[in-house]
Amino acid sequence: MTGGIRAAISIAKKDLRTEFRTKESINASASFALVILVLFSFAFDIAREEFYAISGGLLWLVYSFAGAMIVNRSFARELPNDCLDVLIASPVPAWSIFLGKAVAAFVLLLCVELLSLPVFGLFYNIRWLGVFWPLFAIMMLATWGITVVGAGLSALTVNVRLRELMLPALLYPLLIPVLIAAMQLTTALLGSDPVNLATDSEMRLLLVFDIVYTSLAMYLIEFILVL
Amino acid sequence: MYAVAADRVWKYFGDYPALRGADLHVKKGACLALLGRNGAGKTTLLRILARLSRPSKGEIQVAGQLGYLGHGIGVYDDLSALENLILFGELQGLANPAEAAREALERVGLTRVKDGMAREFSRGMRQRLAVARAFLHHPDILLLDEPFTSLDDKAVAVLQTLLAEALAGGATIIMSTHQIREAMELATHVALLERGKVVYAGERTAEMLADPGWLYRTHGESPA
Repeated sequence: MTGGIRAAISIAKKDLRTEFRTKESINASASFALVILVLFSFAFDIAREEFYAISGGLLWLVYSFAGAMIVNRSFARELPNDCLDVLIASPVPAWSIFLGKAVAAFVLLLCVELLSLPVFGLFYNIRWLGVFWPLFAIMMLATWGITVVGAGLSALTVNVRLRELMLPALLYPLLIPVLIAAMQLTTALLGSDPVNLATDSEMRLLLVFDIVYTSLAMYLIEFILVL
Repeated sequence: MYAVAADRVWKYFGDYPALRGADLHVKKGACLALLGRNGAGKTTLLRILARLSRPSKGEIQVAGQLGYLGHGIGVYDDLSALENLILFGELQGLANPAEAAREALERVGLTRVKDGMAREFSRGMRQRLAVARAFLHHPDILLLDEPFTSLDDKAVAVLQTLLAEALAGGATIIMSTHQIREAMELATHVALLERGKVVYAGERTAEMLADPGWLYRTHGESPA
């Protein structure tokens, strides 16, 4: 178990190192998130209070699209030079390959989210600093949900020719529960509605979603990678 | 005691059987040259032995730690040579991956460019890095798929030296190849695959060494 965790950390570190060197997906994902947020702010002429009402929905739609760009590269990064074969042939269990990839995608998507949050606050005149920590807790849980499902589907579609199209088509239906919960919690939080993160049912839904999909993906990944 | 045993292994790709009940038993410390024409099933069999693919039917037993060198070089273009080997050393669970990586780079003559990105390397240097990666953890069993293909003379010499050292250290080697002459010099055993079946398996004989085409003429279904 500890060997598997150590291998997962090595794989996550490798993915982050190569990504920060090449900036293949983080540049595309961050610029996409920023451009959409800026464009939406000019596209709608609505009152400040109404912006609060759509803030959660807008934010999580942007984050989920940005996330798809990041998870798409998760396993595709291993295709040049047949590196995935070498990872599978190593004594590392398949779940630790998956875990390393999911952690790297999680860190990258969290970076994009944190980068776009100030832009969101500025262009929509929404004060988020006062609720940053509860918002960060929601972001952590929902982002893990997006990346764990995304990394699993990235492994499933890695050898599919149209994987860039196939992955989002499979990803978004599965993300509906996590996106609805994150949208509702974020809207309530930014709209100054009282939210008790410890007892809120949406928060529990996020937690259960993460646990179920993480366990499922870690169990199934060996059957996905070795056909 | 066999290091590798494959019993009646079948592998289907859709309706097409790439392997049709292949049997292969390789003793510990043997060096097996796996021969066969294109499409005979060599790569499929090696991928199954390396656990990269599941057999549709049949049993596989592999006793020991694997080193695998496939068609791709299996190193990351955006990591340096040293970073690549340290990563694979960590994944193999080595006690000191950095030290093992430096030693491996020295053995293949890449110490001078250890901090260079793999993508900046010439084809021959990339192949030597791949060889260093496969031998990094001194595996018990080496599975090599066309290891001599597109190697320059220096890389061929490095690979032959490493293979001879591994054999002397008690490792088991299975290599598929079309370069029969190079393979026969090292091989202690030979297996010939034809249309997904092992049609000959046995010790390498003097006739095979003297005349690399002998095996195909004598045991192949369609003589060369």
